[in-house]
Amino acid sequence: MKSLQEYFTCPDTGLKFHQPVIALAKANIIAAVVYLLAGGLLGIGVALTRWPAIHLLPSEYFYIFLTGHGAAVLLFWIHLFSCGIAYFFCTTPINARLATPKLAWVCFWMMVIGSAIATVMVLTGQATVMFSAYPPLKAHPLFYLGVILFAVGAVGTNFIILATIMKARSEKTYKGSMPLATFGVMTYAIIGIFTWVSGAIIMIPTWLWSMDLISNIDPQMYRLIFWGLAHSTQQMNIVIMITIWYTLAAVLFGARPLSEKVSRTAFVLYLFALQFGSAHHLLSDPGTSFAFRTFTTSYAAYLAVLGSLLHGLTVPGSIELAQRRLGLSHGLFEWLRKAPWANPIFSGLFLSLVIFGFLGGITGVTMSNQQINMIIHNTMYVPGHFHGTVAGGTTLAFFAFSYWLVPIITRRKLAYPKLAQYSIYLFGLGMATFSLFAMAAGHLGVPRRHWDITFADAVLPFQFPGTVQLLMGIAEAGVMVSGIGALFYLLSMFGTFVGKVVEKGAAQPLAEPAGVVAARMHGGTEPAHGKGLEVPGSLILAMVLLIFLAVYYYAQYKYLGTIWTIR
Amino acid sequence: MTDITQTNEGEDQDKDPVSGWQVFFDDPGMLTFLGIASPAIFYLMWGVMEILTVPLAGY
Repeated sequence: MKSLQEYFTCPDTGLKFHQPVIALAKANIIAAVVYLLAGGLLGIGVALTRWPAIHLLPSEYFYIFLTGHGAAVLLFWIHLFSCGIAYFFCTTPINARLATPKLAWVCFWMMVIGSAIATVMVLTGQATVMFSAYPPLKAHPLFYLGVILFAVGAVGTNFIILATIMKARSEKTYKGSMPLATFGVMTYAIIGIFTWVSGAIIMIPTWLWSMDLISNIDPQMYRLIFWGLAHSTQQMNIVIMITIWYTLAAVLFGARPLSEKVSRTAFVLYLFALQFGSAHHLLSDPGTSFAFRTFTTSYAAYLAVLGSLLHGLTVPGSIELAQRRLGLSHGLFEWLRKAPWANPIFSGLFLSLVIFGFLGGITGVTMSNQQINMIIHNTMYVPGHFHGTVAGGTTLAFFAFSYWLVPIITRRKLAYPKLAQYSIYLFGLGMATFSLFAMAAGHLGVPRRHWDITFADAVLPFQFPGTVQLLMGIAEAGVMVSGIGALFYLLSMFGTFVGKVVEKGAAQPLAEPAGVVAARMHGGTEPAHGKGLEVPGSLILAMVLLIFLAVYYYAQYKYLGTIWTIR
Repeated sequence: MTDITQTNEGEDQDKDPVSGWQVFFDDPGMLTFLGIASPAIFYLMWGVMEILTVPLAGY
């Protein structure tokens, strides 16, 4: 029999938490936030060096900062945070207990210790190999050990999530089909197992190579398997980000998916096809055939793109339908105009959706095409793209979710709500600026990994046009703005964690009666009521995205044609 | 903030019947197998085989 003391029921939302999940979520989020701070500071250093007018750091420090920034934010911030909230998604919506809390703590400490070891190695200049750590660049063995420890902890978390869901299913803790949020996190965990096992397959031999226990690591083999790890970690981000979108739409508006079947199908498409996108890192490499590259990136991966387009319609569609039911039904966009834009939970959700879709998503689709990839490969376009997905998309969604979940699990009111409100806009718009202008600079050929784009000490001098200096300056100014947004988020989180405990009302600004949020999270499809188009505004937004994708695709090919003119 | 407390009570009662498609994909074991097999075969194994079959340089 389940003991009542095992659970905590939030008096504000009615959500029932397995007690160990609260402690684990708090620990993971705190550790994640520490890495966001560290990674953010390192990122500022990188940006101030790439800003041509400033060019702050000498080359050796630049590459230390760049390696540290990549590891701290792409791996440690994102995945510690994901693990923390994944425990929530796999238990609370299905009234489940976490399968093995003690093992979950072991995994947490492995991730913390592993990430700390790797970070120390990077910051002491013993692992200046950048995020990708391509051989023959060789780091100190402790760097690889740290990454391996982190990966083992993370894969353990994924197995615990699956075990929890399987246990809940066998104990019948929920009726019917599992809620969409839990289905989403199940998808996340499955992708995670593939991801971290790929990491083990390549990182363990590389670790042995760093200790001279084996003589050689084939660089091409490393790249293939490494991107099975590194790109798939970013696919995990996408899945957890979309799970957040659906969840926040549910708790803010009572929105439910337009169709459970369609939304689940989109997640299943991710599961089967999203990891194929890893091959777009290899499009300019020798060794693999045209068939392999084209099948993985230009055909199979489009199934995952279809999944994203489905989510891109159903998430705003579900919000629109819920808003229209509340009476906000005039015209196409009253539901959006009168949405709670001052609430950082909503603004974070919606900006994340827009930035991910228009900047991160579309550019990812086009750069996965072998021909187009040739014009932007290894340029600033690539950081522009993935800052649109990981920062403007996932990180912003994490900010929004923090503002909802952290007050609930800490029983403390959200500190500095105004800073929280501004943090979303500053971080989102700053990152969107960086993304756009970095991609523009990439189109002009600015290399992504080079410390000095003026090539001042090059034997053969080369000078980019003045436009490049301007584009890079604006892009890095965007980073400064987003840095202020991130600082506001960190202040709000820090203030919340150390704030005064309150019995009720911690979940402000939601302020809804107990039971309402809990009922919404149980899922189910929105029943059809009216005739004709029920979500015309969202359909138009989705069509705008689709047309933008088509035009952008055409523009890229046209650009390719101007570079390789045949006269 | 929009008042949303009045419209969604008792919403569990109007859930759609669960389709066979949904039940099929609700199985964590089956989904795990398919979700790992797909990229393992079409990305990792295929890619590794291609790299392993690259002819060695003749010098």
